[in-house]
Amino acid sequence: MEGQTGDRLSGGNVMNLKSLFMKANNAPEGSGFRLGRYIVCKGCNRRIAVARVRREFFICPSCGRYMTVRARRRILMLTDKRSFVEHDRDLTSRNVLAFPQYDEKLEAARANSRENEGVVCGTATVEGHPVCIFAMDANFMMGSMGTVVGEKITRLFEYAAGKHLPVIGVTVSGGARMQEGMLSLLQMSKVSAAVERHSAAGNLYIVLLTDPTTGGVDASFAMLGDVTLAEPGARVGFAGPRVIEKSLNQALPKGFQRAEQVLRCGFIDAIVPRKEQKTVIAKLLAWHGTP
Amino acid sequence: MSDYDIVIGARSDRRLTAGDYLAKLVPDFMELHGDRLCGDDPAVIGGIGTVGNIPVTVIALEKGKTTEERILHNFGSAHPEGYRKALRLMRQAEKFHRPVVCLVDTAGAFCGVDAEEHGQGRAIADNLAQMSALRTPILSVILGEGGSGGALALCHADRIWMIEDAYFSVVSPESCANILWKDTGRAGEVAEALALTAPKLKRMGLIDRICTTGDPKGLAEEIAKELAILADMRTEDLLEARYRRFRNAGY
Repeated sequence: MEGQTGDRLSGGNVMNLKSLFMKANNAPEGSGFRLGRYIVCKGCNRRIAVARVRREFFICPSCGRYMTVRARRRILMLTDKRSFVEHDRDLTSRNVLAFPQYDEKLEAARANSRENEGVVCGTATVEGHPVCIFAMDANFMMGSMGTVVGEKITRLFEYAAGKHLPVIGVTVSGGARMQEGMLSLLQMSKVSAAVERHSAAGNLYIVLLTDPTTGGVDASFAMLGDVTLAEPGARVGFAGPRVIEKSLNQALPKGFQRAEQVLRCGFIDAIVPRKEQKTVIAKLLAWHGTP
Repeated sequence: MSDYDIVIGARSDRRLTAGDYLAKLVPDFMELHGDRLCGDDPAVIGGIGTVGNIPVTVIALEKGKTTEERILHNFGSAHPEGYRKALRLMRQAEKFHRPVVCLVDTAGAFCGVDAEEHGQGRAIADNLAQMSALRTPILSVILGEGGSGGALALCHADRIWMIEDAYFSVVSPESCANILWKDTGRAGEVAEALALTAPKLKRMGLIDRICTTGDPKGLAEEIAKELAILADMRTEDLLEARYRRFRNAGY
C-alpha cells in the first residue's frame, strides 16, 4: 500500500497528508497523533516516521498498538489498487433541527476529517472480486450516524442488491448522532431494512468491526452481517462503558466489550489482525461465488 | 407545558402503564412467556388476545406501578431476552397471519453487563431487520416514554402512533446535555431542540397519529379500526409501504 494512492483517492495532494491526523485531544482511543514527519503513538509515546506507520498498516511497530485509520485509508488497505470508485461523495448534512452548535461541529468535523460526512461508500475489487464497500470515519464526529450516513449506506445496499454485489462494511461509531434527533435514530431502521432486502436476495454482507463500534450502529447494521469480523481489541457494544458503570455503580469486568470477549459471548465470527484482513475477506468472497 | 415537562410527565409513576391499555385493548389476553433460547424477560409482556373478533399478537413494554411491580418489570427496560421474546411472538403472528400491536413505554434498553454479554445490540438489530420483512401488519403506539433504540426495536411498524403527551427520542435530554456540555442543567433546552414531542414528530412526518391521553378504551377502538384497514392491504403492498416509510426518513 502506497501513500501516493491514498493522496490521489482523497482528491488532495501531499500537503493534505499533514492533516491526516487529528489533534490528539480529539483522538479516539488507540490513535496516534501527528508531529511533523512523525506520528506519536498514544500507546508507547514513541515517534515513528509517517511512511513507516503507513507501511505497517497503522500498527505501532514499537508497541503493536492499533492506531485509528481514516475511512479512505481503510478502503485502500482492503481493496485493489486504483479500483475504488466513490459513491455519493457530495452528500452533506444540514442542521435540520437548528440544534445548538451543530453547524460549528459539522464544520469542525469536515476540517478534521477532510470528508463531507462520516462514511465513505463506493465500489471496488478485492483481489479481483467486485464489491460494494463502506468505511466509517472516526474523525467525523466519532463516526456518529446522522441522516447522511444512513442515507449513503442505505443507497449502497440498494445498489449492491440491484447488482448482486457483496457488501463489505467497516464500522467505527459512537452511535446515533444526537444533534439530528429522531431523524438519526430512524436511520437504524432504514439501514437495517436495506440490509435485510440485500440479504433476502441472497447477497453476502461482511462486517469488519473496528474500535469502537457502539450505540445505534452496534444495534443495527454492525450486527447484521453474514460474517462478522473484528479487529483485535476493538470495543464492541451497545451501551457506553461509563453509562453502565454509572447506572450499576460497579466496576466492569476486565476485557468487557472487547472483541475477544464479545467473540466468546458468541457475537463475532473471527478476530482478524489488520495485515490479514484483505486476504481473509478475499477468501470469503471466493467461497461465496463471486467471480 | 414545555417539551421537558412532557418528558418528566411521561416518566411519572402516576401515568397509565402498558398493562392498563392492554386490559382495554384485549380483555381476553393470554400471556405467552419466554424467548425459547434462554429466558423470559418480565419487562416485555407478550401474548395473544382478540380485538373485535380478530386474534392479535400484543407485545408491551411494561414498567409496573408499585415499587414491587417496577422492580419485577425492571422499570420497563428490556434485556436482549425481551427483544428476542418479542421477535419470537412476531414470527408466530406472521405464521398465523395475526396482526401485531406493540405498546411501547421504556426509558431505554437495559444497560448492564449481562445485557451486553447477551447481545443487546444484536437483539435490537435483529428486531429492526426482521420486522422490516414481517409478512403481517404491525402497529406500534408510544404510550409514555419512547427511549431510543430500546423503544425503536418495537417500532419498525406500518403505523407509529403516539399518545399526545408521550415522547420519542434518540437520547434522554439529560444524557444529551451531559455529553455535549457536561451540564444536565441544560436538559430543558436540549429537550426543545431534540424535537421529541408527538406534535413535532407528526409535523416531521415521522409518526402517523396523535392519540388522546388517559383513554385506553378510545385507543383500543382506534386500533381495532386501523387493524381492519391494514388487514385489507396486500402483503406485498404493505411491505413496500413499510420499507418506504423508513427509507424516506431524513433525507
